[in-house]
Amino acid sequence: MTLARRFILDRNLVHRFGIVAVLLLISGLLAATTDSFATASNLTNVARQVSINGILAVGVTFVLLTGGVDLSLGSVVALSGVVCALFAHPGEHALLVPIGMGLLTGGLCGLLNGVLVTRGGIAPFIVTLGMMTVARGLALILSGGKPVADMTPALTDLAGDVGPLPIPLLCFALVALVSWVFLGRFRLGRHLYAVGGNEPAARAAGVSVPKVKLFAYGLCGLLTGLAGVVLAARITTGQPNAGQAYELDAIAAVVIGGTSLSGGVGGVLGTILGVLLIGIINNGLDLLSVSSYYQAVIKGVIIVGAVWLDRRQARS
Amino acid sequence: MLRAVQLTKTFGGLTVLQDVSLDFRPGEVHALMGENGAGKSTLMKMLAGLHRPDGGEIQWRGRTVRFANPHDALAQGIAMVHQELMPIPDLDVAENLLLGLEPVDAFGWVDRAELHRQARHWLAALDTDLDTRQPMRRLSVAQIQVVEIAKALARQADVILMDEPTAALSDHEVAALFRAIDGLRRRGVAVVYTTHKMDEVFRLADRLSVLRDGRLVHTAPAAELTPSALINHMVGRELAKVFPPVVTTPGEVVLEVRGLTREPAYRDISFTLRRGEVLGLAGLMGAGRTEIAEALYGLRPATAGEIRLRDRPVRLLSPQDALAAGLGMVTEDRKGLGIIPAMSVQHNLTLSALARFSSPTGIDASAESRATAEQIEAYAIKTRDPGQPIGELSGGNQQKVLLARALLAGPDVVILDEPTRGIDIGAKAEIYALIGRLSAAGKAVLLISSELPEILALTHRLLVLRQGELSAELDPRHTTQEEILRHAMPR
Repeated sequence: MTLARRFILDRNLVHRFGIVAVLLLISGLLAATTDSFATASNLTNVARQVSINGILAVGVTFVLLTGGVDLSLGSVVALSGVVCALFAHPGEHALLVPIGMGLLTGGLCGLLNGVLVTRGGIAPFIVTLGMMTVARGLALILSGGKPVADMTPALTDLAGDVGPLPIPLLCFALVALVSWVFLGRFRLGRHLYAVGGNEPAARAAGVSVPKVKLFAYGLCGLLTGLAGVVLAARITTGQPNAGQAYELDAIAAVVIGGTSLSGGVGGVLGTILGVLLIGIINNGLDLLSVSSYYQAVIKGVIIVGAVWLDRRQARS
Repeated sequence: MLRAVQLTKTFGGLTVLQDVSLDFRPGEVHALMGENGAGKSTLMKMLAGLHRPDGGEIQWRGRTVRFANPHDALAQGIAMVHQELMPIPDLDVAENLLLGLEPVDAFGWVDRAELHRQARHWLAALDTDLDTRQPMRRLSVAQIQVVEIAKALARQADVILMDEPTAALSDHEVAALFRAIDGLRRRGVAVVYTTHKMDEVFRLADRLSVLRDGRLVHTAPAAELTPSALINHMVGRELAKVFPPVVTTPGEVVLEVRGLTREPAYRDISFTLRRGEVLGLAGLMGAGRTEIAEALYGLRPATAGEIRLRDRPVRLLSPQDALAAGLGMVTEDRKGLGIIPAMSVQHNLTLSALARFSSPTGIDASAESRATAEQIEAYAIKTRDPGQPIGELSGGNQQKVLLARALLAGPDVVILDEPTRGIDIGAKAEIYALIGRLSAAGKAVLLISSELPEILALTHRLLVLRQGELSAELDPRHTTQEEILRHAMPR
């Protein structure tokens, strides 16, 4: 199947025109009203800022597609960052050790979420709510409640650039690309949609529902770990209080992108658009020097508005 | 008063109703008859504003009307009592009946005494005496139905549409409902209702209209029709011509079941199934037919007993196990256990056989599309394109996709649980032909069906279940529907 045909078959893409329009409109307005928006340095800055939310949003897309939810993203970001920083003191370990430990931490949290949801039969909302406070607590315990500083420059350099491109952005792009191909082209990806679309029917068609869910939560955790490592590199410390409410921005981005909270519909392309929209709104409000109190209100209105527009289009 | 003029409706390219024109008159009980998929419900839903016509128009008191939604229709005086009733279980009868019409006192508080007085008034109009203070959840289905009708009356409905109101009712409940409908007739309300029950319509209806394959084939005062004339109009052709002859001679045993038990659904079930054989499983609702099928397919494993495939014992703890062992199933619960509505026809169709198209580099998209196109052609599945969500297809076409899904996985044994439920006669005939082809191709088929003519015509051998136990093995060529029922009836 050609790429063009795949796009046509991806019916949800049609629904996303609303989001694309809003995205272009806001970008155009900002370019017209501010001098700084359409500059290379600002756009790189936006890219850097959206990367972490982007990685989280792609991860949680997998979970939302199965009809689940993951509220523990922000806390697990903090925990993975702290663990990463603890292994990142200069001269102690090779660079791969702190990165690997950060990823492992996130992956294990995700797997535990998955096991509790599938084996324990507990609602994802409750499981991940529990994980949210447990991971936050562990981050505080391991760090003694203080930021874990003294990280090797080899690691903090990872927040820098390759040529003109920020490394976090490259991470986000790679994660998004691999996930997109995976969801569209692989059996397990197809099974995610089946489970989210009608779980009993998926089981009856021979899909191993627990395996699919375990995979989704595990992968989401792994990517959350990656986001934790990237964040620690950027702020050069393992911050036990970092990542507060990150899950909300990530889930908002996914939903703006057309993925249904009840599962089975949506995908990574929409999530990328959602991430960009939220990133550009944040950036634009900063550039227009809107007070952060108003920013919160405006952002909320735009999120709901964008989703409303999208759903209205999908219905017609 | 209410008139349908050449109403036409298509769903996903399939015409379900074509050029139907009918008059509905005050004080007349008008029964819509026809097989499943004949278009009765669709016609009603258009009259009630749930569906918009694709052609033709609705005239109401001489004017052409367009209803945007059921509220519109209700505001004009057309109410529908649904097949699936929707009461609010924790509110009481009066609160449900007058929901949104609550009488209020000078302070804007609900006047409870007046509320109950009005509720009793509307119920009395239907010759019903119900305690209006009891919560809705305590009512029987028939009582809920009566409340729903009273609800329509309280909203000044002049036309009340009822979709299969008696489907879930016992005999004496039906009598109560009929008293209520008589009450409506006396008040000059036009009643339109659908049913499958022959005896009922002659007791109740003033006028009968028969729909078949989306067209109106006959309409006449009930007094001018006989039951047998009515059946001829409904079926329209000899059923015998629909069934393919049973030709294949069964080969060696493929599936053997010994002492399969899962209390309280079924116990000590033993039978064999041969290559090329179509084995029928008959029984009343709740006799354990579906449960046995689910055990064989790993959906709900039995607690005792043995299943042998090709002379080897197998443990089937999930549908995955069953598919791997060469067992396929098409469920009776198409919506719940069959389709994944938002997914495309193609993705639904290949779901169970995806491994065949997969390699370490992913799904071979062109092979998958090719296979899908072949299946769509082979089963004559009517779909706009393979990317169309399956939820938009008609029931018959969804069923054909599910059959294709089960067979694409290449099973030796195929379990078909009510494969023709709720689909139109044309699709039924195609599925009958398919069963014949499966048997000719050497598949072993276990056919579960409540339609006795179907099971008699299609099978080599027939097992009858009674309350979870096998009560008889019959030769379909030398038995009758009456004999099957005698073995199926509880003792």
